[in-house]
Amino acid sequence: MTIRTSITVNGKETSREVEARTLLVHYLREELSLTGTHVGCDTSNCGACTVLLDGEAVKSCTLLAAQVHDCNVTTIEGAAQADGSFSPVQEGFRQEHGLQCGYCTPGMIMASTALLSENPNPSEEEIRQALEGNLCRCTGYEMIVNAVRWAAEHPNFTSGGAK
Amino acid sequence: MIPAQFDYVEATSVADAIRLLAEHGDEAKLLAGGHSLIPLMKLRLVTPATLIDVTHIKELSYIKEDGNNIVIGALTRHRDIEQSELVKKHLPLVAHVAGEVGDPQVRNRGTLGGSLVHGDPAADLPAAALATGATMVIAGQNGERRVSAQEFFIDFLETDVQPGEILTAIEFPKHTDAGWAYEKFVRRAMDYAIVGVALQLGAKPGVALVNMSNKPHLAQSASQAISKGAAIADVLAVINDNTNPPEDLNATVEYREHLARVLTQRAFATASK
Repeated sequence: MTIRTSITVNGKETSREVEARTLLVHYLREELSLTGTHVGCDTSNCGACTVLLDGEAVKSCTLLAAQVHDCNVTTIEGAAQADGSFSPVQEGFRQEHGLQCGYCTPGMIMASTALLSENPNPSEEEIRQALEGNLCRCTGYEMIVNAVRWAAEHPNFTSGGAK
Repeated sequence: MIPAQFDYVEATSVADAIRLLAEHGDEAKLLAGGHSLIPLMKLRLVTPATLIDVTHIKELSYIKEDGNNIVIGALTRHRDIEQSELVKKHLPLVAHVAGEVGDPQVRNRGTLGGSLVHGDPAADLPAAALATGATMVIAGQNGERRVSAQEFFIDFLETDVQPGEILTAIEFPKHTDAGWAYEKFVRRAMDYAIVGVALQLGAKPGVALVNMSNKPHLAQSASQAISKGAAIADVLAVINDNTNPPEDLNATVEYREHLARVLTQRAFATASK
C-alpha cells in the first residue's frame, strides 16, 4: 500500500507517494536525498538517525514517515543558522573536536540541540544523561561533552555567514 | 531492516479506532508510539496486515487528578509522565520509572499505554503499574471495562486487551508522601533490566518484579507481608514466591533469584530514606 505523506523538512514542505512501511530515515535519505541523517544500528539503540520532530529528538529509524505526516522535521542539513553560520552546537563540535570518524555526529548534534533548547545550561551529568541514547565508538564522549558545554557557553555564536 | 507490507489507516478518535478494529479484524494492530511494535515489525517477528495509527488521538494524551486517583491517558508519552508535577507529587515511583525507559529519544515517542499493552516482562512501566495498584480502562464495542493491573497481564506479551478493544486510560491510586524505590540491574545504561524491583510503601504497599516471570510479576506474598508490617528478612524470604524467571546469557535462574533478593533489600533501604 502506498500513501501520500507530507512532511515539512528543514522548513520546506515535502510530499511524496511512499509505501506505508517507509521509515522516516529512508524518507529523508532516499526520497529527499538528505543523507546527513545516518542509519547506524537500525534498532533504535545508537541514535545516529536522531532528528528533531516538532523540536524534540527522536530516532527516525523507528518512526514511519506516515506517522509524522503534517509534522516539522529538522535534520543536520537544517541545523545551521539562517545566514549559513554553524549553529553553536555545530561550532562546539568543531572547536572541541567532538568527533573522530563523524558517523554519530549528526545524531549527536541533533540530540544536543534538543537538550540545549530545553536546558540552555546543562551540567556535565545532564549532558551525559541527555546523550545516553547516542553511541560514539571513537571519542570516549569526553570531547562530545566539552562540545556541548562550549555551545552552552556561546549561545549567540555566529561566524557572520557561511564559510 | 524494513517491515513487511501492511495497510495503514489513521484513527482520529477512540470511537474511530474501535470502528477500524472491528472493520479490519484481528490481523490489525494499533500503532501508538511504535517503539515496541516497529522494532518487532522490522525484525518481521510481527507482520500485521493493517496498522491502525492512533498516534494523533489527542483525547488520549492527558494527566489529570480525579479524587483519590491520578488518571493518565494511554497515549501519554513517557517524557510527559516523567516531567509531570502532578505525577511527581502523587506517584513519584511512576514518574521515576517513566524516566528509566530507554533514552530521551525513546521517551519522547513511547507511550504508557503502548508499553503496558505490549506486556513485556522485562519492561519497566508494567512493574510500576503493578506495585502502585493501577487499574486499566479498556474500551470496545460494548463500552468500557476496568481491569486491575494484576489481572491485566496474562502471559508473555499477552494482556487482557481483546481483539477489537483499546486501552484508553490508566487509573493510579495516589501514593502521596509514601516511600518508594525502583532498583534496576543492567549491564549497560540502556539495556532492559536483568532484574528490576518496583517498591511502593505507604497505605497500599506493593512490590513488583521485572524480568522474573513470563509476564510482568506482582510479588503477592511479599506485598502482603509488607502490608502486615513484616520485617525485611521475612519479605525477602518470600520475594521469589511464584516467580518463573527466564534463564539466558545474562543470568541463570538462581542468579536472578539472588538479584531479586538483593535489589528488594536495596529498594527498602532507598524507600525508607
